Amino acid sequence: MIMGCLEGNCHFVNGNFRARARVQRVHNILEKINIGAGRIRMFNLSAGEGAKFAAYANEFVDQIQELGPSPINVARKKEAKNVPTGEITA
Amino acid sequence: MKSGSNLEKVLAAGHFSVTAECGPPRGADPDVVRKKAALVKGNVDACNVTDNQTSVVRMSSTAGCVLIKEVGIEPLLQMVVRDRNRIALQSDLLGASALGIRNLLCLSGDHQKFGDDPQAKNVFDIDSMQLIHMVKTMRDEGIFPSGKKLEGAPQFFIGCAVNPFADPFEIRVPRLKLKVMAGADFVQTQCIYNMDKFKTYMDLAKKEGLHEKVKILAGVTPLKSAGMAKFMKKMVAGMDIPDAVIKRIADEPKEKQAQKGIEMCIEQIQELKEMEGIAGIHVMAIEWEEKLNEIIGGAGLLPRPIVE
Amino acid sequence: MITGTPKPIEEILQMLEPYDNIVLAGCFGCVTVCRVGGEKEVEVLASTLRLAREASGKKITIKEVCLERQCDPEYIETMRPYVEDYQAVLSIACGAGIQFLAEKFTTTPLLPGINTGFLGVTERQGEWAERCQGCGDCVLHLTGGICPVTRCAKSLFHGPCGGSAKGICEVDKSVPCGWQLIIDRLKALNQMDNYCKLKPYKGWNSSRDGGPRRIVREDMI
Repeated sequence: MIMGCLEGNCHFVNGNFRARARVQRVHNILEKINIGAGRIRMFNLSAGEGAKFAAYANEFVDQIQELGPSPINVARKKEAKNVPTGEITA
Repeated sequence: MKSGSNLEKVLAAGHFSVTAECGPPRGADPDVVRKKAALVKGNVDACNVTDNQTSVVRMSSTAGCVLIKEVGIEPLLQMVVRDRNRIALQSDLLGASALGIRNLLCLSGDHQKFGDDPQAKNVFDIDSMQLIHMVKTMRDEGIFPSGKKLEGAPQFFIGCAVNPFADPFEIRVPRLKLKVMAGADFVQTQCIYNMDKFKTYMDLAKKEGLHEKVKILAGVTPLKSAGMAKFMKKMVAGMDIPDAVIKRIADEPKEKQAQKGIEMCIEQIQELKEMEGIAGIHVMAIEWEEKLNEIIGGAGLLPRPIVE
Repeated sequence: MITGTPKPIEEILQMLEPYDNIVLAGCFGCVTVCRVGGEKEVEVLASTLRLAREASGKKITIKEVCLERQCDPEYIETMRPYVEDYQAVLSIACGAGIQFLAEKFTTTPLLPGINTGFLGVTERQGEWAERCQGCGDCVLHLTGGICPVTRCAKSLFHGPCGGSAKGICEVDKSVPCGWQLIIDRLKALNQMDNYCKLKPYKGWNSSRDGGPRRIVREDMI
C-alpha cells in the first residue's frame, strides 16, 4: 500500500504522479509473473484525513484477503512440507 | 527521339497527351490485366502499370506492361526504389527495355508500413531522384553508373511524379527542378482537386521555365462519391481536396454522385487543357477503368492521334 | 548513447528455464543512462525473476553485478574469477556488451535481457529518440545538422516524399518529417542552395552493408 498526497498538492510538485507511474510499473510486473497485480495499490489523501486513511487501509486489507495467500508463500509452505523429517509415516 | 515511345512522339508533335493507369492484380491471372486493358485501349497514348502501390503485393509491373503491350497498348513502367537495390534496378531496367517497354516512371514507393507486409525490410539504396539520373546515364551515355560500358543502352522516356500539394509547398517547384536536372523528360502529377493551388504551383514552375524543359501531365482522379472524397482527404497523406469540391458532389443524391464525379472530372480536364505549360493529362480512374472512354471522350480528347 | 528496451519478462523466464544459478550483469555505460541496464535495473530484474521463479516452485540463485562497461575487456575480466560457478549469464547491456561477454567466456551461455535499440538522445526524461544509424559517411554539414538517413523513414537524399503532411511523416503521427526539419533548418541558416543540388548515390559500403566494420588507430596501438 503506497500513500501519496492528493493530486495537485504534492510538495515536490509532481512527485506523487511519478510515484503513481512507478507503482503502475510494479503493478504490471506483479501481474506478468503471476504474483497478482492486486497486491500493490496506491492511494492519495491529505495529512488531515485520518478517517479516510483507516477506510483505505481496511479496503486494502479486504482486497488482499480476497486474493488469498501469496503464491510465494504457497510455494514456500509446499517446499517446507517436502523436507524429509526423518519420521517413518508408512 | 530519346526513346521512340508513342508517348514521346505524341508529345513531341505537340498533341495534348493522355495517359491512364492499370493496377496489376493480386494474383497470377493474366486475364484480369487483359480485361482492364480492353477498357483502356484506344483511349490513351500510354498506360502506367503500377509497381506494388501502397506496398500491397501485386503482379510485377514489368509483367503487367508486357501483357498490355500484347493487346496493343503502349506500356509505361512504374518503378519504385523501395524494393530493389541499384543492382536489381539496373537489371530490371535492362530487362524492361529488352521487352520493348519504352516509358518509365521513377518513384520512391509508399512506405511498406501501409501494405500487407509491414515487417518487410525496405531498400531505398538510391532515391527516385537518383533513379532518374541513373536511367539517363544508362540511356544517354551507354554506361552503367559504375562507369562500365553497356552492351546496348536501355531506351526509356523518363518520367517522374510530383505532388504539388504535399508539404512544405515552397520546395515543391525546386524539387521538380531537381528532377528535371536529374534527367526527367516528363512528369505526372498527383491527382489535382485544388485548382487554385495547382495554378500557383504552375506559375512558379513557369517562372523557372520548367514547363519548357519537361512535359507536365496533370493528374486527375474522378470521384465516385462524396464518401470517397472525404476518405481520400482524410486518409491519403498529401491529398488536397477543397471543401467546395466535396460539397459539389455531396449535394447530389447518392445515385447521381458518380455521374457528377465524371462531369466534374471532364470539366477539370477541359480547364487543364487550356492552361499554359500543361502537356497532357494522367487519368487515374482507380478501379473504374470502364469510365475512361466516357471521361476522355467527354473532354474531347478522342480519338488519340497516331504519330509516325 | 545506445538505447534499448527490456525484453518481456515472459521471454526472459523462458530463456532461464534450464538454469537455477545465474549471473545477472548490468553495465554502467549507455544502458545506465537510458535506464534499461544499470545497477538499479539489475536489482529490479533480479527481484522480479526470484519472485517469479519462487512462485512457480523453481527457485533461482542470481548473482547481481554491474560492470563499468561490458564493451571493454578489462572490465569483463573482473567477472572471470566467478563466472564458471554459474550456469549462465543474463546480460542487460547492449548487444555489443552481451556479445563481448560471450566472446570472453566461451563455456558459459550468454542470454540477452534487453532488446538493443538505436543511437539516440534523451529528448526529455523518460523519452529517447533515434539520431544516428552509424552509416560511416556523415553528411550533416549539408543537411542543416539533421540526418536524412536516420530522420527520413525512406532515407531519401532528395526529400521530402509526397507523404509529408504539415511537418509529419506518413509513417507515424508521432514522427516529424525529417526533410521538413532539414528544410526549415537550411532556410534558417540561409543554406537552401544545398537543397537545390543533386547528391551523389550514397556509398552504403561504409555502413553495415560492407560487412562488420572495424576501426584501427595505429597511433593508439
